[in-house]
Amino acid sequence: MALNSSKEPGILDKKESELREAFLYQVSNIPGGEKIKKCIQCGTCTGSCPVSYTMDIPPREVIALFRAGDIESILASRTIWTCASCYACTVRCPSGIKVTDILYALKRMAMDKNLFPKRFPVFVLSKSFVTMANLFGRSYEIGLLLAYYLRTNPLKLLGMLPLGYRLWRKGRIGLLPKRVKQRKELAKILREAEIMEMIVPVKSGLGRTSGTH
Amino acid sequence: MPYVYYPGCSLESSAKCYDRSTRWVFHRLGQELLELEDWNCCGATMYMSIKETISLVFSARNLALAEKMKADVVAPCSSCYTILNKTNHVLEENFILREKVNQSLKKVGLRYNLTTKVRHPLDVLVNDIGVKAIMAKSDFKLAGLKIAPYYGCQIVRPDGFFDDRENPTTMDRLFEALGGEIVDFSMKVRCCGGMLMTTFQDVALKLNMEILEAAGENGADCVITTCPLCQINLDAYQDKINKKFKTKLKIPILFFTQLLAYTMGASKKDAGFDQNLVPVGERILGGVA
Repeated sequence: MALNSSKEPGILDKKESELREAFLYQVSNIPGGEKIKKCIQCGTCTGSCPVSYTMDIPPREVIALFRAGDIESILASRTIWTCASCYACTVRCPSGIKVTDILYALKRMAMDKNLFPKRFPVFVLSKSFVTMANLFGRSYEIGLLLAYYLRTNPLKLLGMLPLGYRLWRKGRIGLLPKRVKQRKELAKILREAEIMEMIVPVKSGLGRTSGTH
Repeated sequence: MPYVYYPGCSLESSAKCYDRSTRWVFHRLGQELLELEDWNCCGATMYMSIKETISLVFSARNLALAEKMKADVVAPCSSCYTILNKTNHVLEENFILREKVNQSLKKVGLRYNLTTKVRHPLDVLVNDIGVKAIMAKSDFKLAGLKIAPYYGCQIVRPDGFFDDRENPTTMDRLFEALGGEIVDFSMKVRCCGGMLMTTFQDVALKLNMEILEAAGENGADCVITTCPLCQINLDAYQDKINKKFKTKLKIPILFFTQLLAYTMGASKKDAGFDQNLVPVGERILGGVA
């Protein structure tokens, strides 16, 4: 997508360069994030990934595409959504690249820029989780699953009922949410954190904003 | 030495038996677990996927509260364990995020100085309290029980503070000392898919089938685990797996603390056996032999 023959070599179109800037900022926040430059394209990440067979762009290619200047294609892929966060790629990478954290960064960007199909399961689940956590200060499993199925595929909820019933019989479902006591204080902290979230250094680059390395 | 106990959200609902058995085991060993007052959710992988700074603040509030108690935090849920440790790691390395987090906590007079250590109960039990002390309270009724120790992802990766990341052996050593027989288990650190069971179920069912098959092939009487999400995936979806892949799996999935409590004299209720979906059968309860 970013490879546009009408442009001079090495010049990115505006959208791609904005994405790149945002991505580099995200990566600079990851401890050791600058190691992405040291990828040797060996494929250990893809080979170690238990779900790479479900990905249209496996982890190795994600890094290759980033280097080729095509972050847009990565953001439009299934890859960032099927990562289960098992860190197998991260611990095996011979160059020390934090592949899982990089996928997190890409996931945040895609969500931020609404680059995913409507009612997409992973997005809905994460959003519902955050809503519950902000509201109660703790996760509320049954509320989370209800919200998730109602927003994605209410019919599937019916299919989940037998299992839900068995879990409930075993005392493994809390019908009412547990809450933190200091909810007002927590809300205050989160309001400030939201402001902090928006503060982004004007110019960022790999390894430049994170100070200690 | 007391520990600050951070149960996490799952241990209040779907993994109550993990909570019950962990408290029971620590109590039996004469170790104090002081529950962190008014803790909040750690944020889990899902908050981290949406907002970075806010998710760190969410997690750091717990670490700041625990810091006042001047003791190590014990976090049984693998996800909490990883997220809290990751928060420490990121805040240590990145002073901008550290300042952002403290600026947020300041609104209610909190501050986090990065001194809270986050441990897993498996680490504390084996490396602080010690296998010998546990053996001294054990009745060895696990003798001959074939156990597949399933570590999953997030207590050994990404950082692996107390065990090897590819071939962890802490649970192996502990249960072998208590008379159990550890079966060869090639899937001990393979991912169960976590939340993919909700979002992409077909993918997760296959992952869980492979884990259970590997345990079954080697004759395991049970799988023991350290993670609420692994436990529920392997336990609650075993029927669905059998249906989909035409397998005949029927392997009890226990939290390692359940089996530990049981061999240290806990009743079935204290060990939380009433909450496992695949019934904890005679092989475990019948004194084995």
